[in-house]
Amino acid sequence: MKVAVVIPCYNEEASIKKVIDELRSLEKNNKYDLFPIVVNDCSTDNTLDVIKQLGVIYLNLPINLGIGGAVQVGFKYALKNKFDIAVQLDGDGQHPADQISELIKPILNNEWDVVIGSRFISKEGFQSTFFRRLGINYFKWLNKILIRKRITDSTSGFRAINKKALEIVCDYYPDDYPEPEALILYSLNYLKIGEIPVVMKERRGGVSSIHSYKSIYYMVKVTLAMLFVYVNLKFNGKRSAL
Amino acid sequence: MENVVPYKIQIISIIGAVLFMLFVFRLIIKRKLKIEYAILWMLCTVILLVFAIWRNGLDVIAHMLGVFYAPALIFLGAIFAIVIFLVHMSVVNTKQEQQIKDLAQQLALLKEELGKNK
Repeated sequence: MKVAVVIPCYNEEASIKKVIDELRSLEKNNKYDLFPIVVNDCSTDNTLDVIKQLGVIYLNLPINLGIGGAVQVGFKYALKNKFDIAVQLDGDGQHPADQISELIKPILNNEWDVVIGSRFISKEGFQSTFFRRLGINYFKWLNKILIRKRITDSTSGFRAINKKALEIVCDYYPDDYPEPEALILYSLNYLKIGEIPVVMKERRGGVSSIHSYKSIYYMVKVTLAMLFVYVNLKFNGKRSAL
Repeated sequence: MENVVPYKIQIISIIGAVLFMLFVFRLIIKRKLKIEYAILWMLCTVILLVFAIWRNGLDVIAHMLGVFYAPALIFLGAIFAIVIFLVHMSVVNTKQEQQIKDLAQQLALLKEELGKNK
């Protein structure tokens, strides 16, 4: 089995090497091989040079597309090159690379199509700030209403998806703040979603893309996106290409 | 019905409308404006011209629609047209953004495939 580890990077020169080293230090096994696929989302610092030194597969976007577009191009690469599983791993070192084997296990066992690494099952490690947790609780509630499923960490980007899900996200993936919306997308395409507990770290470098007034925009945008994608899929059957 | 538009403003309106249409034509000839968009602007000029020439037109239509203050109809029509056009531009913008995203992604994938990344 070929597992693509898609690592979107925007100005992550301080942390990307560590993330790759961590991936390489993982134990080899005979079930699957991990291939890091680093996506440079037109960084303005030395991220590209750092990536070039690492000798990994990388995609260099000519313009800044934001997290959604960067992750999607990684997914497209994975689909095109016949990978069986794609894992999303942030380039800032927040996601625990050593828990990837746990993350993909339910897919290897054919239990789930989409696996989310959740911070809020075991409640260990970096738990994010109060207001962000408030927002996450709100999404939990929204998910419960829309897809009738309890997702404790719908904003977590630490995910593994199988080929079926890969085909869906290559067709359409939201541009910004894609994680909660993508869940609705998976669910209404009859994919099985599950969560496993993971322990996340505080970011090593870079800054969060969501802060202050932006968080209000974030809530509104994501709520609308979730509602619209729900209506579209529920009543049109298939999400049109945009 | 008496004439509500004095001659002076009628002449200015006609000249203005004609100049605007020439301006649109010039943009098309210089390929700075696509015909698809130009059609809308030409339509606007035609409407302007019609009302500049047909002096009672505005009053007649306002009366028909039950609008007491005829000039208000101009603002209503203009604002309505502008809003529709702005929504249309947002749609065009969204489509272009999507196309640019696809192009950027394909470029990144192709460069990787060609080994230009090494």
